[in-house]
Order: sequence, then structure tokens, then C-alpha cells
Amino acid sequence: MTVRVQSEPFDVGAEVAALTAGREDAGGVVTFTGFVRGQADGRDLAVLTLEHYPGMTERELERIDDEARARFDLLGSTVIHRIGALSPGEPIVLVVTAAAHRRAAFEAAEFLMDYLKSRAPFWKKESFRDGSERWVDARDCDSAALERWQSR
Amino acid sequence: MATASTSATAGVSPTAAQVLTVRYFAWVREKVGRADERIEVPASVATVGDLVAWLTSRGPEYAAAFGTAGVVRAALDQTHVKPAQSLAGAKEVAFFPPVTGG
Repeated sequence: MTVRVQSEPFDVGAEVAALTAGREDAGGVVTFTGFVRGQADGRDLAVLTLEHYPGMTERELERIDDEARARFDLLGSTVIHRIGALSPGEPIVLVVTAAAHRRAAFEAAEFLMDYLKSRAPFWKKESFRDGSERWVDARDCDSAALERWQSR
Repeated sequence: MATASTSATAGVSPTAAQVLTVRYFAWVREKVGRADERIEVPASVATVGDLVAWLTSRGPEYAAAFGTAGVVRAALDQTHVKPAQSLAGAKEVAFFPPVTGG
């Protein structure tokens, strides 16, 4: 398991290679990459700034990762979240899951993203091309996505 | 809401005020006007919810940050908690909006 918070971009291929290096039991690897959208509510975004809570972020991501391992038959996982100022089209978040079979890898990746969005202490601020700024509101559908796992 | 008058000086009594590092994030940080502070909390402040009420009484910037009941979230020593959580033994409290990562 790898959890990282960083301002630099990540290399999806290199992360998959690192997770699967030296093993022959991982029949399925799933990657999810989140990107910065260039528009929000019809307005053009200039910069998305990611703030976080150093220390708690890593602990919370590790707790979420532990929970995924307890629920799914995972062989390994990688979670990387970027912080700082990001431009439209840039990657923000990466989840990689490795399992013997695809189902566990798919489900664990979705679980990790749902939990990360509702539990990990990150906050997004949108700066628009017209000069205005706003903090992104939490979405009800993200907490609904989390509750879906809690009823299982 | 606090009824006890507590000494402002730490260490004068066995029930000396608890000293907490309080951290603020995102728009809570912007409204309070600082990222963190060390606060001596009177003994009458027993829970996270008590602390919110006590902070709110300290000035308009806190009232603005905590104004809408139930919006601001809290963590105690870097773990998510509810308002009823006891502050006993805690060193660091953080207040922030609902998270929006991913």
C-alpha cells in the first residue's frame, strides 16, 4: 500500500509498474485518474487550488486504504492526491488497485474514491477567468455514494 | 454560556485550563483570519460542541466562521469527530468545511 500527497504530477504507468513489480498473482489492475475540469456551472476555470490538512490527510488516506483491504481481496493499492494550484486538464488524484481478479480491483478502486471524496481532508477553491473565486461545496451525491458502501 | 470565571494564568490551580492547538482550514480559516492558534480553554468547555460555542462568543470573526449551525466539521488529534466528543486529553482540534477532495 502506498499513500502520497504531493504537488508534482504523477505517472500512471510508472505507478502501475511499481505496484506490480516482481509479482505474478495480480490478474487485474484498475486505475482511476481524476482531472481538473475546465468549466464549473458554465464559467471558465483558471486555477483549482487544493488545500489539505498535513498529517491528518495521510492518516485518513491510510485508514481508508486499510478499510479497502479489509473489505476486498486486494494484493496492493496506491493512492496519490495532488495539492496546490492546478490548471484545467491536469490530473488531481490517482487510485490504483491490484487483485487476483478484476471484480475486487474495480470495486476497491470505486470504494477508495468514494471514501476519499467524503473523508480525506482536502478542500478545493475555484479561481475563474473572470477574477472571481469560490470554495467548492460538498456534493450530496458524494455522501450518497459513501452510504451505498455502509449498507453492505 | 460559560458560567465559571477561570483564571487566565495556566498552572495556578490543579484544574488549570486546557491548552489546545486549534487549526482552521479553507473558508473557516479565511473567516477566522488565521490558520492556527494556541488557546487556553476554560474547564467548563468539555466537548467539541462546547468549544464551538465558546469560540463563537469570542468575536465576530468566529461567529462568522461558525455561524451556520452544523456546517463546520471537526477533527480531534487528526481524527473526524462529532460535536459531542469530549476534549479530555486532546492536544489539537481542527475546524473545517465538509471536505471536497478527489
